[in-house]
Amino acid sequence: MSTPTLEVAHGGVPEGKEDIYAKEPVLSARKLVITFGRVVGLDGVDLDLYPGEVLAVIGDNGAGKSTLIKCLTGAYVADSGVITLNGQPVHFKKPQDAREAGIETVYQQLAVIPALDIASNLYLAREERRRGPLGSVLRMLDKKGMEKRAGQSVQDLGIQTIQNMSQAVETLSGGQRQAVAVARAAAFGSKVVVLDEPTAALGVKESGMVLDMVKQLRDRGLSVILISHNMPHVWEVADRIHIQRLGGRAGVVTPQTHDMGEGVAIMTGAKRLEGSS
Amino acid sequence: MSTEVTSAAAEFARRQQSPLQRVQHQLHGRPWLSPLFLLLVAFVAFFIGSATFLTASSMGILLQQTAVVAALAVGQTIVILTAGIDLSVGAVMVLSMMVMATLAKDGGMPGILALAVGVLLATAAGALNGLLVTRINLPPFIVTLGTLSVFTAIALLYSGGESIQADHLPRLLNFLGEGFGIGDFRLTWGIIVVILIYAVMGFVLSQTAWGRYVYAVGDDPESARLSGVPSKRILLAVYTVAGLIYGIAAWILIGRAGAATPNAFPDANLASITAVVIGGTSLFGGRGRLVGTLIGALIVQTLQFGLSQMGVDQQWRVLATGILVIVAVAVDQWIRKVKA
Ligand SMILES: Nc1ncnc2c1ncn2[C@@H]1O[C@H](COP(=O)(O)OP(=O)(O)OP(=O)(O)O)[C@@H](O)[C@H]1O
Ligand SMILES: [Mg+2]
Repeated sequence: MSTPTLEVAHGGVPEGKEDIYAKEPVLSARKLVITFGRVVGLDGVDLDLYPGEVLAVIGDNGAGKSTLIKCLTGAYVADSGVITLNGQPVHFKKPQDAREAGIETVYQQLAVIPALDIASNLYLAREERRRGPLGSVLRMLDKKGMEKRAGQSVQDLGIQTIQNMSQAVETLSGGQRQAVAVARAAAFGSKVVVLDEPTAALGVKESGMVLDMVKQLRDRGLSVILISHNMPHVWEVADRIHIQRLGGRAGVVTPQTHDMGEGVAIMTGAKRLEGSS
Repeated sequence: MSTEVTSAAAEFARRQQSPLQRVQHQLHGRPWLSPLFLLLVAFVAFFIGSATFLTASSMGILLQQTAVVAALAVGQTIVILTAGIDLSVGAVMVLSMMVMATLAKDGGMPGILALAVGVLLATAAGALNGLLVTRINLPPFIVTLGTLSVFTAIALLYSGGESIQADHLPRLLNFLGEGFGIGDFRLTWGIIVVILIYAVMGFVLSQTAWGRYVYAVGDDPESARLSGVPSKRILLAVYTVAGLIYGIAAWILIGRAGAATPNAFPDANLASITAVVIGGTSLFGGRGRLVGTLIGALIVQTLQFGLSQMGVDQQWRVLATGILVIVAVAVDQWIRKVKA
């Protein structure tokens, strides 16, 4: 496999950030293909995510954005193609594999459990046990500790609408549920955080908080993949923009080289990027 | 400004809550309260209706009669929590019981070995249900409907349809029917084993990660998987553990019945499902408590026992149980409609 290189023809390197793109991508995919019966979900997609960058993914409904990130995070297993993490090929069979490799994801359908409370959801599948024999022998959960730390994570995000960590998620509003899912990813992501339309159900203020969080994650050196239909948001936070179209990659642009109108034109097929396949 | 709004809203909420709504609210947080209330009502009614009902010896008998259903209902509860259903409970128990008894009597196996083989077989039977559900992705209803017939048939073929009386069996197999008296109140070892099963499973469900996964898988399997819960492994484990519990129930049943009979306890399936449902566990999965199931099992048996003490015919007792189930599910639906 050849080392992935940035295709300059696709919009180039964001100004002032050349050093990031001199490095090796943290996550990259080559020729991902997945089909669902006769439906082609992904038709040979490439993707590169560099350390400390925010890569937005835009595209029309059904363009394959969610399918792409599901393949990257182990929710789907691609029929063919190669995924590398820090240059090493990886084969995620389930979401837990990707999480253990440091990739946290907020899926479009949120993946929260309505019947469980907020703290239980934040710590789902990474529960912490009590110290001593209660934890090691009886495998008893440290409910109090997790609740406290969950409250801290939510507070760190600046989410004020969620107060009581022992409240069942089913009693929350759609936006609050989204905030829980985002808080979980932000709290536990160590390399890559993937957000599939994280602001879809959020108000103006809460959307702003999520965008701030995206920037914070980048400042901490993490890489973020952000799927969004909100072009102003994308052009505000993204370093580069991966444009997904009809199950393939129509191109990669930067907010500096292309404006929103051009981005949308490529997305809808009204325009083509030079050098794209 | 905003505080004014919230306090006005709080004021409104307080004024709007009728006593009935407040009850509804309480029940939403503690779904086992309504079955507990029902149990109390039943006790009071039978206390008034029958002079012999609320006596130490009657209570002992009531508990002994409840033991087997209560044990089976633990397995049924964890299966239903995963949004499944187990129609093979009775069949697995009877198969396990006939194998234990036959091995001990005809095979001359020591009690402990016969017991171990019987319980292991029940565990394997549960695992088979689990494998069919997780590997072949068949609905639990269909899987266990099939294995119900299969296990019943094997039990009949294996035992030749013959009962084995307790005096042909080693003491260990009858042991759970033995016990001790506290005055007129007789407690069997079987009852104590049931209490232990509840304590252990109650702890596992409420205090461990595994318990959380059971609820998560039952509530939303896809979200659970995306969150990193090994859904299939949990499901397989749930059916396997349920099988193990049915095996222990088989041991309790031998002691209780004083014999191993291939057509013992014909309504084990319905009785166990009834106990779970009356206990407030949702058939849609993800919601419910084990303590509710224990209360549910007690309600079913109290109704049977109390009515028979009052001289009511079997048919009427069945009718009463049926009405109770419908009322319990209706109450459950009502509680669910609570506004947060
Ligand atoms: N599990 C599945 N089974 C069948 N088809 C699927 C499945 N998942 C995705 N697809 C198909 O793959 C295509 C891409 O869907 P995807 O969800 O990735 O779109 P998207 O770009 O995320 O759209 P949106 O903006 O609406 O979220 C669609 O045609 C969809 O029907
Ligand atoms: Mg999508």
